[in-house]
Formats: sequence, structure tokens, C-alpha cells
Amino acid sequence: MTERPNRLGLSRAQMAWRAAQDIPDGAYVNLGIGIPELVAAHVPEGREVVYHTENGILGFGDAPPPGEEDPDLINAGKKPVTLLPGAAFFHHADSFAMIRGGHIDYCILGAMQVAANGDIANWSTGAEGAIPAVGGAMDLVAGVRHVLVITEHTTREGEPKLLERCTYPLTAPGVVSRVFSSFGVIDVTPEGFLLKEIAPGVSLDQVAAATAAPIRAARDLKEVAAPAIEKEAAGA
Amino acid sequence: MIDKTVADVPAALADVEDGATVLIGGFGESGSPIELIHGLIDQGARELTVVSNNTGNGHVGLAALIQAKRVAKMVCSYPRSSHSKVFPELYRKGEIELELVPQGTLAERIRAGGAGIPAFFTPTAAGTVLAEGKEEREFDGRRYVMERAIRGDLALVRAEAGDRFGNLTFYKAGRNFGPIMCMAAKCAVVQVRRIVEAGELDPEEVVTPGIFVDRVVEVPEPAHESQLIAQGASYP
Repeated sequence: MTERPNRLGLSRAQMAWRAAQDIPDGAYVNLGIGIPELVAAHVPEGREVVYHTENGILGFGDAPPPGEEDPDLINAGKKPVTLLPGAAFFHHADSFAMIRGGHIDYCILGAMQVAANGDIANWSTGAEGAIPAVGGAMDLVAGVRHVLVITEHTTREGEPKLLERCTYPLTAPGVVSRVFSSFGVIDVTPEGFLLKEIAPGVSLDQVAAATAAPIRAARDLKEVAAPAIEKEAAGA
Repeated sequence: MIDKTVADVPAALADVEDGATVLIGGFGESGSPIELIHGLIDQGARELTVVSNNTGNGHVGLAALIQAKRVAKMVCSYPRSSHSKVFPELYRKGEIELELVPQGTLAERIRAGGAGIPAFFTPTAAGTVLAEGKEEREFDGRRYVMERAIRGDLALVRAEAGDRFGNLTFYKAGRNFGPIMCMAAKCAVVQVRRIVEAGELDPEEVVTPGIFVDRVVEVPEPAHESQLIAQGASYP
């Protein structure tokens, strides 16, 4: 995934920054692969957050310097990580007890599709001949208390990713509470999508045109206050 | 006298039967008992059902076992990765069966198997294609899917230190599926970096008590899958 110039709305780093503002001090958080991995770098100063990875670590930090990678110290994306003070290891059944048991406060995930009723599809396109692979996606969205999604508002081809109903196989029904998209911050409410914040330079008409479901603007609609952020490191 | 240590890998695996269900630890290469897997290839058992989170990489370890056509069925959560070639090829040709299980459900099915729980209800996968054909029940207004326990004839696990009683410590996130797989197998075979004298492990530090372990074999310098792949290695 590379940042494309002149793309409408927020950059990947700006989406991650905006999501990070919603993570409260003291939260236990699981970050998905891709844009969600950038969230950790943007959590506001003064908030202490503990990151969980499915393969059995609480309290991991950034990637180590080159040459100091340990194949037994990796995250769920199988990338090398380091440990922060207060870290802990545990086996897989405990790790998913943390998830399923409601002990993890937030998971922030990418998605292929999110529906107006909170359904999420992020594990399979259902394409014929593809090797099915689910990993921990279904456990996370079924178990974690707050399921937040970060995603470009549309696919690379410009197809809407926010829909009336998902067309891909579901990861779980009715679990997403908020979407941070390149076009703004969208809450999933009992009445469907509610645009709470809009990205600078994006119009309400553009949001509506790129969303395949009704989307209302909040009465107190604000502009996303995302700072200009340097392009994120390559390969992040 | 109790002595679960065995002289070498062939001695630890001499009696594996065709058609066995084998639980193989590891999350990618982290915690993968690569020397034991190679020992199983040498031993020759066929028509195996293998329970493991992934399907191996390159042409070593679990991928080599699959490539040698010893595996009739894989039970796993994520049979794809960047270096995973062997499984996808056989799967597309219809030469290997796949049971896809969400990662947390896989871990809990194994834990349940070791704990004498024949089945349990989980919210994971409820309302998705992975719940099709499974019994569902509603508890407190939420849908749950019934999942059956997994038990193995054999577990292959990598740990850090072990003593003659089978007590084990693990190394970092290499712990992952190891402790629960030891619990769920009729015969748990563990490769450790070092065998220590009884009494040398602080009882407070023991992660897997020896009651769950049957054989301990010392492999002082276990190979790392990624290094073997970088060298272009294949097994045998």
C-alpha cells in the first residue's frame, strides 16, 4: 500500500492520527495489520496504552533496530517487535480469552466493507479458488468491546466500502461502532451511518456519492482537525 | 524413577502411527518445532491430520511435511503467507483437505481438549459462513456457536528448558500454542534448547507442568525457518 498523491481527503497517517485521539489513557488495544499499525505512533502524549498481539504479548513496542530482530519476538503480522516495561507473555488460549472475554478495550482494524448496520467484512472476498484464511479476525470483532475501523472511503477502483449491506462474507454482524475513513469520522448508529467529522477539502456531496448507503451529517458536524503529517515510513 | 528425557529425535518419534492427529506448535516460525517436524518426515507416518495455526513456509518444517504428502488434512486458521507455496498448490489440486478455524476458536478447542471439555459455545463466527452446519444457541440475547474440542494423538512443541519430569519453560512469544497442545495430546513430545536437572527450574517459573508432557528431547541450537528459507534450504 503506497500513499497516492492528490488523493481526496485524509492520508493514511492522518486517519491513524484521528483514530489515536479516541484511545483513552490506560486502554488495552489490539491493532490490525496495515493502516491500524500506524495508530500507536499518534497516541497523544501523556496517555499510556498497552498493546496486545494475538500471538501472546501484552506491552510490545516498535520494531527493533536492524540486526536485533528475534524470530520469537514478533506481532500477529509476523513482524519483529520489542518489549516495553511491564510486558507479559502468555499462551494462545489466554490471549484469546483476553479478546473473547471482553478484556481488550479497543481493536482497530482495516476492512474491505462496513455496512450501515455495523456488519464488517475483512477476511475474504469469497472469490472462487482463493485460499480461505481467517486468522484472529472473527475472534477480535466478536470479542473486543469497541471495534473501530480505519479504511480508505472507497477501494482503489473507487467502489464504495461503506454499504447498506456487505456483499463479501461477514467477519461478524453488527459489531462496528465507528469508522475513520479518508473522508471523515462516521459513527454506526441504530439509524445507520452518521457523519460526525468531515475531512478538509471534502464536500458532503462527495461523501454521499462515495457511500452506498444513506449517510446523515451530524448536527454538530466538525472538520477533522488532523495535523499535516509527514508521509509515513515506507513499508509501514 | 521418572525420566521423560529421550536420547534423540528419532527415539522421541519412533512409534507415530499412520492416520495420527498431530498438534504442531508455532505461530509462523515462532515456536515452530522444526527439528521434530523433520524427524516426523524421517519417521515416515502418513495420512496425518495436522492441527497448526499456519501451513508452513518455503520447503522446510511443516511445509516440507506437507510437500512429502504425509498430511491428508490441515486444521488451521491461516493457511496463507508470503512464503507459503506448498499448501496452496496442493489445496488447489484438491490433494489436501482444509478445515478453517478462527484462531481463538482453534486455541480454545485445543485447550478444551486438554481440559476434558467436549464442546463449548463461542460468539466467534456466529452469523458467518464459518458457523454453517454448527449448532447455535442464544444465551442472554446473543448468538453462540458450538465448537468441539480437539485432541491429538501426538503434539510436537518447542520450549526453552525442560527437566526429566517434563516441566517446561518457554522463550518469549514462541510459547504460543505450546502449553495447550501439550495438554491436548496423548503423547506430547517437546524439543527444548536445554535439559536441566530436576530442581533447577524454579517451580514459580514453570509454564507447563510435567504432567502434560511425555517426552523431552534436547535440541540445543534449533534452526530458524526464515534463515533456512533465505539459504534456499529444503527438507529432506
